[in-house]
Amino acid sequence: MAKDKKHNTEIVTKPQWFDGESVTIPMLQILKEDGSFHKNADMPEYDKDLIVKIHDTMQFIRTLDERMIAAQRQGRISFYLASRGEEAESVASAAALDDGDMIMGQYREQGALAYRGFTVEQFMNQLFSNEKDLGKGRQMPVHYGCADLNFMTISSPLGTQIPQATGYAFGQKMDKTGKCTICYFGEGAASEGDFHAALNMASVYKVPVIFFCRNNGYAISTPSQGEQYGGDGIAPRGIGYGMKTIRIDGNDVFAVLKATQEARRLAVEENEPVLIEAMSYRMSGHSTSDDPTGYRTREEEDDWKVKDPLDRLQKWMMNEGWLDKDHVEEHHAEVKAKVLAALKEAEKVPAPHIDELINDVYDEPTPLLKEQLEELKEHIRKYPDAYPKTSGRID
Amino acid sequence: MAKMNLLQAINSALDLAMAKHDNVYSFGEDTGGFGGVFRATSGLTEKYGKHRNFNTPLVEQGIIGFANGLASQGSYAVAEIQFGDYIFPAFDQIVNESAKFRYRSGNEFDVGGLTIRTPYGGGIAGGHYHSQSPEAYFAHTPGMKIVTPRNPYEAKGLLLSAIFDKNPVLFMEPKRLYRASTGEVPEEEYTIPLGKADVVKEGTDITVLGWGAQMEVTEKAVEKAEQDGVSCEVIDLRTILPWDVETVTQSVLKTGRLVISQEAPITGGFASEIAATVQDKCFLYLESPIARVSGIDVPYPLCHEKEYMADHLKIYEAIKRSMNY
Ligand SMILES: Cc1ncc(C[n+]2csc(CCOP(=O)(O)OP(=O)(O)O)c2C)c(N)n1
Ligand SMILES: [Mg+2]
Repeated sequence: MAKDKKHNTEIVTKPQWFDGESVTIPMLQILKEDGSFHKNADMPEYDKDLIVKIHDTMQFIRTLDERMIAAQRQGRISFYLASRGEEAESVASAAALDDGDMIMGQYREQGALAYRGFTVEQFMNQLFSNEKDLGKGRQMPVHYGCADLNFMTISSPLGTQIPQATGYAFGQKMDKTGKCTICYFGEGAASEGDFHAALNMASVYKVPVIFFCRNNGYAISTPSQGEQYGGDGIAPRGIGYGMKTIRIDGNDVFAVLKATQEARRLAVEENEPVLIEAMSYRMSGHSTSDDPTGYRTREEEDDWKVKDPLDRLQKWMMNEGWLDKDHVEEHHAEVKAKVLAALKEAEKVPAPHIDELINDVYDEPTPLLKEQLEELKEHIRKYPDAYPKTSGRID
Repeated sequence: MAKMNLLQAINSALDLAMAKHDNVYSFGEDTGGFGGVFRATSGLTEKYGKHRNFNTPLVEQGIIGFANGLASQGSYAVAEIQFGDYIFPAFDQIVNESAKFRYRSGNEFDVGGLTIRTPYGGGIAGGHYHSQSPEAYFAHTPGMKIVTPRNPYEAKGLLLSAIFDKNPVLFMEPKRLYRASTGEVPEEEYTIPLGKADVVKEGTDITVLGWGAQMEVTEKAVEKAEQDGVSCEVIDLRTILPWDVETVTQSVLKTGRLVISQEAPITGGFASEIAATVQDKCFLYLESPIARVSGIDVPYPLCHEKEYMADHLKIYEAIKRSMNY
């Protein structure tokens, strides 16, 4: 066949159309739903300590989520957002990384943060917007961030972190850090223009970034297939941008671990940006403001329950003799007690001082901001009862 | 008449508009069968089908770009942006496209059928990204109309006007009042003219001006001031762009005093625009400086929301300061 030399494109003389069927992307699965391995599967690097840590972190996050949903119902916090059903994605991917790699999340990746070592107290301080919160109580619950743990502060506007990850990774490459950036986002956020900008630029600049799409079937009430996208999910887009791409079972700790380990090697050693599409299901409502019974069926939820990532891992670990029922129960009880104790503690910590209102708008408060704060304090002194959170210690 | 909350009034306006013309479309993130995260569009898919009220993919620049195209084709496009805070990916489509479509083409083409509905404003523990009042960014854009209602009756009449207005309209819905504000609303179609402020209450000593959710706060402040014997004239601006200079200046010429309140930060806010115009037109009649009561110049906070907000006590104090000047 003839070739157009300049573009290295094959020439055809009859129209040849391509469509979504032209490329079919399979899904990597190592651990089956019944908790046993596929025969001859390529295994990730792992040992008992790693798997136990992954397990315990997943269990911690699930328990934290349960308790905090309950706390929201009791009116103790204003809002919460759980990651139930998706714990393998965030925890096992974080486990494949170096602690020096940057994590940029969407908001459902508390598992990655916990794996890095964010303490239950730190979680609570953020959730209660108290003065010990690293974010100084300025953002809604679950918008965590921690520079020490290389976890970029979460921002609600969807998709914005994706091109930022490309830029961050560019800097990592230029500084020869040997580190990469992982960027998590939902299949809904992948509709934003920022997603496309991010992948295209990463592909052009060849930067060490791992785009990790959590395809959990929904963006709030909008189902992914046919309403969020017309094609075969998110993975084909990576190929479109000329990027190494893989689709994996997001409920399989081993598939997540394997794919992310390889992705990290490609990113760091070969400066290859990578797209991972992890298939999973958002088992809880979108957030505590959402009731999924309005848009999906019980049967559908039940179909996914049998694929649960934590149950699946536990089955395998028990067969392996790496876990027993007692550990599961003891660990659950221990985590629950820790969470409740931290919750009670965090609730008592006061709100940040009113002076914090004008800090960090810029590196230094401007004269105008200082004046505005003084006026505000004058007002609060006049009406202390109307502003009970701050009036008690204004001076 | 029926008792409705603000959401129901909006839903009723959409329903009547869609019944009136087959080429009225309603769409946005989660607005299809589910009816939107606030349920403003609930029931519309059942009634008009999934081709007239539908979900969009999660992409605001796409939603407004699509809406611009649909409106330029001659249809009525009523697009919802889930939160005002998420309108910015569509900023280019609104500022450079919607607002200039008619002018740049010499009136060959227009997007007069476009209405962008979006919940805005604070007081719901929403932090930076579920609380902002972005009207000033858009008020700097000739070609757009910006409308915000204060209660269910106003919401329905203004939204019906917005949908069928021959210009693109940004319709900002005070989400704090969605369920909190209720009132008697006619079930049938009626309109409230755009560009016309509403003198909610007449008075002689001072003019107190606001829009949207600030009207509720303003009325509370005014009640307190009237107990002190101050006669307040209360004006709801209703349409931020183009605004009703005549009604506002007539009032200030009468009272000689003006307090303007807005939720947004003070610097560059729309209250500043009003203050500038009023001092220009009423300078010799002013008894005291025009006061702006607003948020301060910080990103919308969470834990200090109560302190940050332009609440009734701050408006009341501003009224007192103005009276005692
Ligand atoms: C720019 C922007 N638009 C809209 C929203 C409102 N919103 C918050 S989460 C969400 C759905 C996101 O779905 P997806 O990306 O699939 O993530 P998931 O919640 O499923 O993890 C929407 C529409 C937002 N936060 N930002
Ligand atoms: Mg999703």
